[in-house]
Amino acid sequence: MARAEAPESAPDPTAAAAAAQLELPPEIAAQSLGEWLRAWTARIRSGDSGVLPVILAFAVITIVFQAISPHGVFLSANNLVNLFQQSAVFMVLAMGEIFVLLLGEIDLSIGYAGAVGAAIAVQLVQPATTKWPWWAAIIAGLLACAVIGAFHGTLITRLRLPSLIVTLAGLLIWNGGMLLILLLGPFSGYPSLVGSNPNLKVLYNLMWASIDPVVSWIGAAVVVIAVGAALWLGDSRRRRSGLVAPPASLTLLKIALIAIVAAVVVAICNVNRAAFGTLAGLPWVIPIVLAVFGVWMVLLQRTRFGRYVYAIGGNPEAARRAGIKLGAVRTWCFVLCSLTGGIGLLLYASYLGGMSNNINGGQLVLYAVAAAVMGGTSLFGGRGKVLHGILGGLVIGGIYNGLYLLGIAVQWQFIVTGLVLIVAVSIDALSRRSATSGSAARV
Amino acid sequence: MIKESPMAGEPLLKARGIDKHFGPVQALTSVDLDLYAGQVTALCGDNGAGKSVLTKCIAGIYQIDHGQFLFEGHPVHIRTPRDAALLGIETVYQDLALADNLDIVQNMFLGRERVQNGFLNEDDMERAAGRTLADLRVTTVRSIRQPVRSLSGGQRQSVAVAKAVMWNSKLVMLDEPTAALGVVQTKMVLELARRLRDRGLAVMVISHNLNDVFEVADRIAVLYLGRMVAQDRASAFDRQSVVDYMTTGASSRPTTGPDGNGEKRGAS
Repeated sequence: MARAEAPESAPDPTAAAAAAQLELPPEIAAQSLGEWLRAWTARIRSGDSGVLPVILAFAVITIVFQAISPHGVFLSANNLVNLFQQSAVFMVLAMGEIFVLLLGEIDLSIGYAGAVGAAIAVQLVQPATTKWPWWAAIIAGLLACAVIGAFHGTLITRLRLPSLIVTLAGLLIWNGGMLLILLLGPFSGYPSLVGSNPNLKVLYNLMWASIDPVVSWIGAAVVVIAVGAALWLGDSRRRRSGLVAPPASLTLLKIALIAIVAAVVVAICNVNRAAFGTLAGLPWVIPIVLAVFGVWMVLLQRTRFGRYVYAIGGNPEAARRAGIKLGAVRTWCFVLCSLTGGIGLLLYASYLGGMSNNINGGQLVLYAVAAAVMGGTSLFGGRGKVLHGILGGLVIGGIYNGLYLLGIAVQWQFIVTGLVLIVAVSIDALSRRSATSGSAARV
Repeated sequence: MIKESPMAGEPLLKARGIDKHFGPVQALTSVDLDLYAGQVTALCGDNGAGKSVLTKCIAGIYQIDHGQFLFEGHPVHIRTPRDAALLGIETVYQDLALADNLDIVQNMFLGRERVQNGFLNEDDMERAAGRTLADLRVTTVRSIRQPVRSLSGGQRQSVAVAKAVMWNSKLVMLDEPTAALGVVQTKMVLELARRLRDRGLAVMVISHNLNDVFEVADRIAVLYLGRMVAQDRASAFDRQSVVDYMTTGASSRPTTGPDGNGEKRGAS
């Protein structure tokens, strides 16, 4: 049939068509690794940089701080483990923030909302007062965070209030709430996690205990093999059934990268970092962060809920017409954001060895947003991945750690972090603008 | 290709005496409309004639004040978009309602994802989406996994149409499908409308571009100030008579088809 000829199948030599090609994800356009590399570089030149800025930023931070830190201590195993521990807090907070950023919203209260949960958990395990078991205390704390998130989400979706204002109010409210909770009991605002009580110990160990070096290697190997096998089997099944899949070499490259990262991290952590005696192995916090990462990634990439989060961020009207309950999905995102904030602040409390009434939740939220945006998640909704929280958290942790090593005063730490946030948001806005002008050219 | 002769059989959807008002504004007054399976019906009318309101009533976005819908001969109540979808009525709006950040498969299944053990069954969805696109001969996209952001206007329209026909739909309404498109892409979309008709679907195209109307329509219906002023086979009209109906609600030109089967209603 002559009219079956699609009019567009003729090669289109215009620049607009070329621009459209650039927006193809390289995994789709490429049949081989070489093609993939070419598509990838073309895409970066067109302004859509993906995770490249964050990797460059981390490289720059590493080189600069290694060069100027006293005795090159930045890259010592001891400091790198410390860096992982500090970054863990930023990573988890950023992964929480990504849920609302994907909607095009923001949650400024994540720091103090999480701090309320952490304060509740730390108070409840105190052997001098309530004596709750550690797991019940953690559940109670995280539940409180979820309720806070539901409160924000309900105000934002039911009353159609802007999330910026609701969570700005939340920042103040939960700061007050945290202080009230910390004043309870005989701890004058500083309930501690240090002590021999087993429940205190578990919370303290979240950050400070390590897995035996041999077990660390075995665990890492098991995770790499499981993830690698899942990736390989999934991709080759899709290739066999003629579905869109990356070339085999790219899948192998990904698996190799995961294996290398895992090996390097375990090798660093297995160096003895104690001044006297032995302290080596993977800190608990690394598998904890990986678990949060894994669960949230599956939720966002493999479930209806996750699909709807992206759809709402991309085009709320399309989502509404598709029958998606926008209010419910949005509210859940605020719940998950605050809940993840609770996990982050529990880790932070563990890092500090207890809760303190001068925890700065306002600064933590800026680190969280900076980490998410630095990692490649858009402030304007619809674009972002949980992985961005991990990568961005590492960069923010690197800056925090490096400035601390240099003994730079806190006022300069604030200024540098603020500037980093502005740079990250600018990259986001610029790449968005180039993407929009690209599609304008195609119409 | 077997083609039913025009007017054969009962209409798939009969609208009878549809009234709709918004406050003091009477948007539709006693509107009758017949949509036949295997036919493209063009709904014409000037701005504000009530084309969109009528479409949204059929799509379940607005509820009618008075009147009745008969679907396959049975009276039906269409109160929500879900009711319409259950009957097999799908609408492609002018803004297409696609999420730019999602890929073609994800858009086509948005809100009706296939799941297995609680997780998305991507392979299944990709195969089904690929089949539908191949059926409709939408072959110009490079990959059905590319984000909709990277598609041209005509390709987006095609994806939106494919999304509408995936669900065993019987009636597809296209709202100004060619308004934002160039010449080549307009041809492609009208071709797609014809293909839907050839598959036995009832197609309604809302347009005030008479080139498109005469290019694709088997039947033409004209609204004027909320009333249906003319409805007949396309061959019973010419450009001037359609323009007359659209702008004045009446035409002095003869519009009854040679078979004498045409209906004609004045603006009274």
